[in-house]
Amino acid sequence: MEQNNKTVEIRWHGRGGQGAKTACLLLADVAFNSGKYVQGFPEYGPERMGAPITAYNRISDTPNRVHSNIYEPDFVVVVDETLLHTVDVTSGLKEGGAIIINSTRNPKEVRKQLGGYKGRVCVVDAGGISVRTLGKEFPNTPMLAATVKVSQVIDPEKFLADMEESLGHKFASKPQVIAGNMEALRFAMDEIREEQ
Amino acid sequence: MAIRERMSGNEAVAYAMKQINPDVMGAFPITPSTEIPQYFSKYIADGKVDTEFVAVESEHSAMSVCIGAAAAGARAVTATSSAGLALMWELLSVAASSRLPITMAVVNRALTGPININNDHSDSMGCRDTGWIQIYAENNQEVYDNYIQAMPISEYCRLPIMICQDGFITSHAVENITLLEDEVVKDFVGEYEPAHYLLKKDEPLAVGPYGVSPYYMEIKKAQAEAMKSAGERILSVAEAFEKISGRKYGFFEEYRLEDAEMAVVVIGSSAGTGKDAVDQLRAAGIKAGLLKIRVFRPFPMKEVAAALSGVKAVAVMDKAEGFSACGGPLFAEVRSALYDLEDRPKCINYVYGLGGRDVTVGTYETIFGELAEILRTGETGEVYRHIGQREGEE
Repeated sequence: MEQNNKTVEIRWHGRGGQGAKTACLLLADVAFNSGKYVQGFPEYGPERMGAPITAYNRISDTPNRVHSNIYEPDFVVVVDETLLHTVDVTSGLKEGGAIIINSTRNPKEVRKQLGGYKGRVCVVDAGGISVRTLGKEFPNTPMLAATVKVSQVIDPEKFLADMEESLGHKFASKPQVIAGNMEALRFAMDEIREEQ
Repeated sequence: MAIRERMSGNEAVAYAMKQINPDVMGAFPITPSTEIPQYFSKYIADGKVDTEFVAVESEHSAMSVCIGAAAAGARAVTATSSAGLALMWELLSVAASSRLPITMAVVNRALTGPININNDHSDSMGCRDTGWIQIYAENNQEVYDNYIQAMPISEYCRLPIMICQDGFITSHAVENITLLEDEVVKDFVGEYEPAHYLLKKDEPLAVGPYGVSPYYMEIKKAQAEAMKSAGERILSVAEAFEKISGRKYGFFEEYRLEDAEMAVVVIGSSAGTGKDAVDQLRAAGIKAGLLKIRVFRPFPMKEVAAALSGVKAVAVMDKAEGFSACGGPLFAEVRSALYDLEDRPKCINYVYGLGGRDVTVGTYETIFGELAEILRTGETGEVYRHIGQREGEE
């Protein structure tokens, strides 16, 4: 189906409390703002801090009718690399897609943990970037920016402009938060490392 | 002008409630419906609506509040799920038999046993015989649209109404939606002006008195008649709604059913997934179709039979296990509807998606494959089936 070919499917892996769900819903927001049809939904189980969680996005130019989880994603985002030990994060991931991992290690080393996945492996030190720009470990915002950059699901420049507007609205009384977040987004886009 | 937005199904219901500004909300939080009173409480705190919110200690009391408020002549609403709906059980029949038009947003979740927070339809199917109108939605748009149509239906028929959506799958999924403007919604829903109510001082009225045997059956017959005639009102409200929204609703949606040889009948969010499966089969030259039930109470028996009259094999999908040992609740209704057809299709039942078990395009491919096998062999085989569960080792 032509319609299905155009749908970009993204699966997020994180731990409860890290903001993977928030990043997923934010991606739905910004894609919506760029005129897309979106779905953003978390998979719910017993919720507790630190437990592995999964969230999903479908982004397309036509309405998304399918309401199942995503088993063959175009992109996988791993907000916490300790999950590589316990969760089969590349399960069903399309070879023509990419996996984006929050890590300080180099992509070649990370790939060894990906069960023979042949597609693109992108890493970004989202934790480090957030500490540098926001003074705290909030890896989800940098991971969101890296995901936009790698997937090109929306134009990165449009994304930045949109984020600046929505952060400006949300933190009108705290301009330093806006600046820090915008820096985190830009650094994340610039500091994605990929095997050459 | 229609408003392009994105929001979850729970937000959509709370937003519709805000646009309507009902008189009273009695509610107790339960996953996954909690967000509805939560968002709505914020609208109250922000002065966006002047609804009287009654925070109660249980769902039994939430429904009691609604009954009291509706009896007094107010427009009353609530929201619940699963065990919360089960705790209302006693009062559901009181509301219906007292002919009180209460609007309840049901965010469908599996009944406890074992405890589970995810979606199936066991909660609302469990109270299908309590005398409430039940309307189901495929996505956030439909639940918003159904909610706006709820009061014009319920208040005219003097029957309470459940506006159901699938827990988490639509209640917590952010998707695109087209909203109506506040004034358009207010004009459409109108003010609630009941002819009879408890606080009408010139016309003393008893609500909920003892129904002695010489009267009880007449009351039940009147309720049954009200439910029988509700269908007509549901259609006329849908017609009026189409004029303000451009979106068409009926008892059900027929998807590529006109020349279909085989079809599935399904309720709720899984219908969209089924439509993609139908499209894939159609692209391969297979005449598959889908019937999505929107209105389950009153059950549109004649219309369902007519819609399926040209089909050779039907799979009815139940997201609730009825423990009848011979099929789920939707199956019972649909197969009964088909009985009156001269040339009946073969009909099987699939119980699916219990407690949040995922339903994929592949699930439908399997089901249509089974229907194709029935067409090929002419043998229906086992009628009462389950799909998606793991089978134990020997």
